[in-house]
Amino acid sequence: MATVDDDRPVLFSSVKKLSAWARSNSLWPAQFGLACCAIEMMATAASRFDLSRFGAEVMRASPRQADVMIVAGRVCQKMAPVVRELYDQMPEPKWVIAMGACASCGGVFANYAVVQGVDRVVPVDIYVPGCPPSPEGLIEGVMRLQKKIREGGRPVLPPVPPATEVAGA
Amino acid sequence: MNELLDALRETFGEKVAVAQRIGQTVLTLPKDDIVDVVRFLKEHGFSILLDITGVDHLERDPRFDVVYHLYHLQLHDLVRLVVQVGGEEPELPSVTQLFSAANWAEREIYDLFGVTFSGHPDLRRIMMPDDWIGHPLRKDYPLTGLGPLPPLVRE
Repeated sequence: MATVDDDRPVLFSSVKKLSAWARSNSLWPAQFGLACCAIEMMATAASRFDLSRFGAEVMRASPRQADVMIVAGRVCQKMAPVVRELYDQMPEPKWVIAMGACASCGGVFANYAVVQGVDRVVPVDIYVPGCPPSPEGLIEGVMRLQKKIREGGRPVLPPVPPATEVAGA
Repeated sequence: MNELLDALRETFGEKVAVAQRIGQTVLTLPKDDIVDVVRFLKEHGFSILLDITGVDHLERDPRFDVVYHLYHLQLHDLVRLVVQVGGEEPELPSVTQLFSAANWAEREIYDLFGVTFSGHPDLRRIMMPDDWIGHPLRKDYPLTGLGPLPPLVRE
């Protein structure tokens, strides 16, 4: 803190830091409830756990208005191209939270129908463990994402995912 | 119900085997008669086709069962029709011209068991991606999939 001529206080910062701070405190999630984890995600946003305390309660049904995709549940092979398309439709900068064991690595569904981790389709920033994770777990994930964004985060360009994958291999 | 079953025996004779299992009437019949029997039951009040399912008896010949569930609204009674199909390319006649509810159910059996329905207006996969290889609910389908899976990201 410093003061200018007439003693008005002034806060010095870099634009990058300031924008990262602003972004981290107003994350708009694209809710991607695919399975039972979505129930916990709803509880997280509801009054008891109150995700809005961390500025991330504005669940959007449209990817165009969102900057963090919470993949809550197992992603099946047929859904994978849809997840990717919605991710591509989100404006930059954007982040992904893989919520639960299935979104992180396929979970108990080690079979042909389920993608073994959503990170084969979109780049994931935060993995939240649990089956399903408790609302506190998801909030921890959101807070860690906020910390990551404040600290500069990762480069926004997503890597090209592998063309084909044999499930369970 | 009993009068209806008597009329059924009179019309179809020995071709349709009638049994009672766990309080439900089960009709076992050859696949070529399925359309006629379903039409007969529909005309006698079984106005709802609840579901069509499949069973894979891997070791048995013929290999597959296709099971129809019909419901009678006045009698509040169910009837189950079991048809056996087998061979390299299992096929049986579609009942979509009698019940439009059969459309997606038959597509599901085609998708997951590889049983085709002749006369179906739009027989393509309903659950798996269009370029999927194999039929996942067959007992000899490997858990990790057959051959290369379709790309996770499409152009």
